Amino acid sequence: MNKFDAISRRRFLIGGGAALGSLILPGCSKTPLPPTYGSLLRMADNLTYLAQRTLLPGQSLAREYSHEDISSFPAIGAVSPGQPGARGYSELYRDLQKGGFADWRLSVEGAVDRPGTYSLADLKRFPSRTQITRHTCEEGWTAIAEWTGLLLSSMLLAAGMHRSACCVCFHTYDSELVDSIDMLDALHPQTLLAYRMNGRDLLIRHGAPLRLRVESQIGYKSRKYLQRIVVKDTFDDGGNSGFAAQGWAWYTGI
Amino acid sequence: MKHASKRRDVAAPGLDNTAPTAAPHAGWVKSTHWIATVSFLLLVFTGSEILMVHPRLYWGNVGNDLTPAWIELPISRNFRHGGWEGNEAFFIGADAPVSEARTFKTFNRNSWGRSLHFLAGWGLVAAGVVYLLAGIVSGHFRRHLLPNWAEIRPRALWADLVDHARLRVRGATDGPDYGRLQKCVYFGVVFIALPGTVLTGFAMSPAIAAAYPWLLKLWGGYQSARTVHFLLAVALVLFTAVHVYMVVKSGFRRQMRAMTLGRKST
Repeated sequence: MNKFDAISRRRFLIGGGAALGSLILPGCSKTPLPPTYGSLLRMADNLTYLAQRTLLPGQSLAREYSHEDISSFPAIGAVSPGQPGARGYSELYRDLQKGGFADWRLSVEGAVDRPGTYSLADLKRFPSRTQITRHTCEEGWTAIAEWTGLLLSSMLLAAGMHRSACCVCFHTYDSELVDSIDMLDALHPQTLLAYRMNGRDLLIRHGAPLRLRVESQIGYKSRKYLQRIVVKDTFDDGGNSGFAAQGWAWYTGI
Repeated sequence: MKHASKRRDVAAPGLDNTAPTAAPHAGWVKSTHWIATVSFLLLVFTGSEILMVHPRLYWGNVGNDLTPAWIELPISRNFRHGGWEGNEAFFIGADAPVSEARTFKTFNRNSWGRSLHFLAGWGLVAAGVVYLLAGIVSGHFRRHLLPNWAEIRPRALWADLVDHARLRVRGATDGPDYGRLQKCVYFGVVFIALPGTVLTGFAMSPAIAAAYPWLLKLWGGYQSARTVHFLLAVALVLFTAVHVYMVVKSGFRRQMRAMTLGRKST
């Protein structure tokens, strides 16, 4: 009974917070929807995106699990971008890996007042959040892990994100493909720039030294091996160098 | 035929509510039936593709190649591919969860597969919503679909089942004058199986499940929802096979005419 009360009160607070959040969320006045490229599938994706953004209550929290729920976790896609010949190989990444990522920097740029670069130590000075969440892969498998990092929203506020900001693009070492998320997901209270997994530094195969966690979408939106974050004030799904160009849906809340 | 009933022709559907045995199929029943049919076939096709990418089913919240499966289906090269390396435990202890890196080039057409699945899902949901609302408002469910107590007496149902098993199928009635077993099966398809596939589908959506956590609780976790989604799809495919067989057996051309352009039989 008490537990139920606590949960409903927490949900009320979250719901209220989300409702307030939607009032101060920056808005895309122009092109609020991803382009369809004339594809019926992309049109249906947009219908799903629009329906979810209209009908679902704001920034609901994904379920958080307990420590005993942590499970084995497959690493797929690029798993060793520092190894010549491997999928997603990057010379730049190989050199950074050799130096233990001491020279690694995250670049934050675009529609922000204070563009800049951050070392891992800089990022660890932000307030951290730890969450145990379920990774849901588009392939159909799931795994639970504990993630520690800083909120993407803290980073965006520190960089002085413009109120006109529309989406946040992610460039990574393992791929030429750019991906982006909208501001509702970017400012979601569980969207992390994670540097720890299950209490230790991220393994190379899981995206070291920094990866994204978007708990409100399918796994491939949580990109590994982050290099550059670009805030855009017009909608940008990466175009010809985006996931959509490869036929993958841009919005994967479903 | 044992259950053949007398038919009489009615000028227009819905005018004579007291004669449910003779009315032809309503226009909205026909159109939603075919939109749902096309959507369903697309959903089965893309759903099979999606299942081929990870042909393992589990119960609970977690399931992946590094955890035990409830069943594994030999339906693509991804079946027990074994392409894993670099086992590394996250914690100290014999049964600690591990990480492994995949080296195998898997089959995966989910780029268009998933988007087409959801496009077809919209078709099913749209047809389903119209059908359910019209079915309630028009009284179609009450008059034609819900079996009455006499019809679901076990002995009566058993007799109908035996008739079907012996392939003693009654002829086409050109309208919603359904037999007792037929009513029960349609009821299960319309009110249990199809809504069940939609609700298990919603439970697998990270955004929807975050907004409505009861969806995951209802099925007992993400992987349970996925497994139930699959089992319901299998049941619906079996239903479709029997349904088409019965249509053929009871007069294919006449049944198709009744469910498409024809208002009444000739």
